[in-house]
Amino acid sequence: MSERQRAIHQYSAGESHGRGVSADLVVVGAGVVGAASAYFASLAGVRVVVVERGAIAGGTSSAGEGNVLVSDKEAGPELDLALYSQRVWREDLAEHAELWEFESKGGLVVAASEQNVTSLRELAVRQRRRGVEVRDVARTELRDYEPHLSPELAGGAFYPQDAQVQPMLVAAHLLRLARERGAQVRTRTEVTGLLRDGARVTGVRTPGGDIPAGAVLNASGTWAAGVAGLAGVRVPVLPRRGFVLVTQPMPPRMIRHKVYAAEYVGDVASSDTALQTSPVVEGTASGTILVGASRERVGFDRTVSVTAIGTLAAKAIALFPMLREVRAMRTYHGFRPYCPDHLPVIGPDPRAPGLWHACGHEGAGVGLSVGTGKLIAQALVGDRPDMDLTPFAPDRFADVEEALR
Amino acid sequence: MPNAHDVAVVGAGPAGLAAAVEAAEAGLGVALIDTAGQPGGQYWRHYDENHARPDDRVGHRGWPVFTALRDRMYALRAAGRIRYLPGHQVWLITRGGSGAFTLRVTAATSTAATTERPRDAAGRALVARALILCPGGYDRQLPLPGWDLPGVMTAGGVQALLKGHRTPAGRRAVVAGTGPFLLPVATGLARAGVRVAAVVEANGTLGWLRDPVGLVSAPGKGVEALQYTALMARHRIPYRTRTLIREILGTDRVEAVRIAKVDRDGRPIGPDEEILADLVALGWGFTPSLELPLMLGVETAKDVDGSLVVAVDDLQRSSVDGLYVAGEATGVGGAALAVYEGRLGALALAAALGRPADPTVMRRLRSAVRRGRRFAAAMHRTYPVPRTWPEWLSETTPVCRCEEVSYGDLRRAHDDLGAEDARTLKMLARPGMGWCQGRVCGFATAGIAACLSRRESTAEDLRPLATRSLAVPVPLGELAALTEDTTPVEATGERGRDDG
Amino acid sequence: MTYQMTFRGAAVPAEPGQSVAAALVAAGIPDWRTTRKGGRPRGLFCGIGVCFDCLITVDGIPDQRACLVTAADGMSLGDAETGADLEDAGDRRNSDAERA
Repeated sequence: MSERQRAIHQYSAGESHGRGVSADLVVVGAGVVGAASAYFASLAGVRVVVVERGAIAGGTSSAGEGNVLVSDKEAGPELDLALYSQRVWREDLAEHAELWEFESKGGLVVAASEQNVTSLRELAVRQRRRGVEVRDVARTELRDYEPHLSPELAGGAFYPQDAQVQPMLVAAHLLRLARERGAQVRTRTEVTGLLRDGARVTGVRTPGGDIPAGAVLNASGTWAAGVAGLAGVRVPVLPRRGFVLVTQPMPPRMIRHKVYAAEYVGDVASSDTALQTSPVVEGTASGTILVGASRERVGFDRTVSVTAIGTLAAKAIALFPMLREVRAMRTYHGFRPYCPDHLPVIGPDPRAPGLWHACGHEGAGVGLSVGTGKLIAQALVGDRPDMDLTPFAPDRFADVEEALR
Repeated sequence: MPNAHDVAVVGAGPAGLAAAVEAAEAGLGVALIDTAGQPGGQYWRHYDENHARPDDRVGHRGWPVFTALRDRMYALRAAGRIRYLPGHQVWLITRGGSGAFTLRVTAATSTAATTERPRDAAGRALVARALILCPGGYDRQLPLPGWDLPGVMTAGGVQALLKGHRTPAGRRAVVAGTGPFLLPVATGLARAGVRVAAVVEANGTLGWLRDPVGLVSAPGKGVEALQYTALMARHRIPYRTRTLIREILGTDRVEAVRIAKVDRDGRPIGPDEEILADLVALGWGFTPSLELPLMLGVETAKDVDGSLVVAVDDLQRSSVDGLYVAGEATGVGGAALAVYEGRLGALALAAALGRPADPTVMRRLRSAVRRGRRFAAAMHRTYPVPRTWPEWLSETTPVCRCEEVSYGDLRRAHDDLGAEDARTLKMLARPGMGWCQGRVCGFATAGIAACLSRRESTAEDLRPLATRSLAVPVPLGELAALTEDTTPVEATGERGRDDG
Repeated sequence: MTYQMTFRGAAVPAEPGQSVAAALVAAGIPDWRTTRKGGRPRGLFCGIGVCFDCLITVDGIPDQRACLVTAADGMSLGDAETGADLEDAGDRRNSDAERA
């Protein structure tokens, strides 16, 4: 047993039953967050088994826009995690960037009114203090960034750190790299129960047999509350539905950056259950233009919302009038996993030793996945994580629940 | 209330035309929506009626059936009992709280010359208590080295160009694939003066004539087959059975095909032979169009021919209340069966809505549909897609023509990235993500996904490539107008569940 | 009478009732656009509005299915600035960052 493996055993005191497969770490969920965690844990010498009830990257990872954003985040722990993830994307994973189409295209946030420009400038001041690069963009400069932008806008801000990836390729390649380091990936394998030793979680139960493990990581995204429930602990992750429109393929560079309206920042942090649609418009490597990010809380309703896609289209046209005649080829939707305080859940669960969580990243899971995975791996092997995980603690909701009771 | 109807029929081919006429004559208020500018569908496709010539009907099967249905439809339209919307495509169907269906339509083309784009809210949406979906189908395709060269067309496309536009697509043709449909395409070309160098049929000849179940089910079909055989002989068209095109040759357009004799599974057993051609017509049976029924969540099944089809009961009812489906979407079976199904569905719906339906007619139709299904199954068993077809593919063979995804791209997504099913293949390698949204490569991609994972393809493989969130591309401006709508849909309180 | 259309400046005749695609094929023009990635020629394939291979710019409106558009006298084909028929086959990568 390597020193690192000793560390993980020390940390979660796992116990191998010596029959069938066993692992240091079972990751539940093969989306971007599970894949990143599996990759960094494998890199640290941890023996990983990933179990996924469906196919790889088949849940929320397959239904986003591939945002790697700092621009939409207020100063606070989530922004710190986004900035940390920036380093992981650009340094730790630099050599693989091409595999998942990492494109450092930058984000342009635009405001329709002087009042919104003022709010944007104030946000930029707070963000700069935490390390975000922001350029103020005057009304007259907007079309230098985006030639097809509506002339009606009042001003904007440019965020060169904002980037884009193809998240399913991120998940698939990180899992491939993890496999090359000894990890196993088992798809179509549902976790039906957890192995317990008193309060301690000592592995997972699947229809294909038990997998004893030193630690179990709940990386099951929007479905994380269910996995936590198997351990009798509550992690309040709920679905927030988002629609994205995809246009016909267009000539290159019609839209050069991630472009969105200033209200998006407000919507991201909102707790309103009603439909919110702030258009995020961007070109993609294959020529399609994505119009994204309606947000509404309707449970797991999969019916196409005429209001949501209509509003997205209308707001996208308001930003880029030339889109009026461009055709939408399809729309897709996903369920973003969100917590009441809009922060993810990352770290060990003191209520069920051996159980870890990396979930609840809402609409930012792709961007935050790699930072999350690296931090989880550090903590698992007993290193001090590069970032303080306290704001993301799984049991932080206890007070709220107490108050609600 | 111009936009509220008892029933909306989508598709004006054999099934839809029969359904619309039967429903209207039973007293229901009908909307009939069709992509084409005139009725007939793919089967009875014919030249623009405004410029008709007497010989336009030559080579058409069941033409009197069509003209009778068409004339009844026009009469019902004149009487205000059918609202006919040609040149329009339904791009979205939703269901409101009251159970009524809302159909959103868009113009099939939007050129300056044909500008009838329904800009007003009333023209964009219509509401119906029930639906009879008759979306038909199109030629099923299997990728093949060189199949993206200009001059390679679907067999149905060649036929449509001839019948609908009096235009032969080339001068020297090879018609290839499998199934009896290759014969009328070849004889139609020959009649138009095209030299048909060969019909290349992957299966044995006319085996279904020896299938007692099939032949007893549809005795007329035997005569039809013999007529085509005679026509083939008259035009001296070589009929090469148990033979495949291995490769289509050419640089910027088709120049020749390379063919070889194959065994029952489709594996080459003879030497290659080259045939010169400037036109290659390909067809491997048909793919039903399922995006509209799938949008409403119908139960599906894999048919004898391997197609994904809507499961219906013996009254053409799908698993979704109020949704009837007729024609190829319930299983490829040809025009005569489609007419029976359309009529049966319409009468069953009329009965469900309280209109009297003649039980004898219903019984006769049900029995005709049963017979037609038996015959179709016999045909499908005689003309299967060769089991080993993915072995024809080379690494560089394009599978998805829109996004230019090759077989090698799919194999790598499976081998390196762990894509074990069609949906994951699609997401990691992009087959089916382009303009046609998987209509052309869907069947092949599902088959390749199964083959790479060494298993039989299932309905689960087919469904993600047959499902389309928007049935056709629609301008963002029309989507935006949805939120500005003050259509009668909302005025009547029939707001969609998701419109609130 | 026979209609006259132009395709990239060249005269293309059409019979009333014919589609744009049929007129092009009859005039011996088998393809009228190239693909985004490989620059491969594309013309008529399915002929019935299913495959979108035959996209063409008609009177300045890009990306129309040539098989569905009825020919008209004086039509100008294939010369807009932003249609799929004129998209350059530049260095385009395989996948967009968007999922089904």
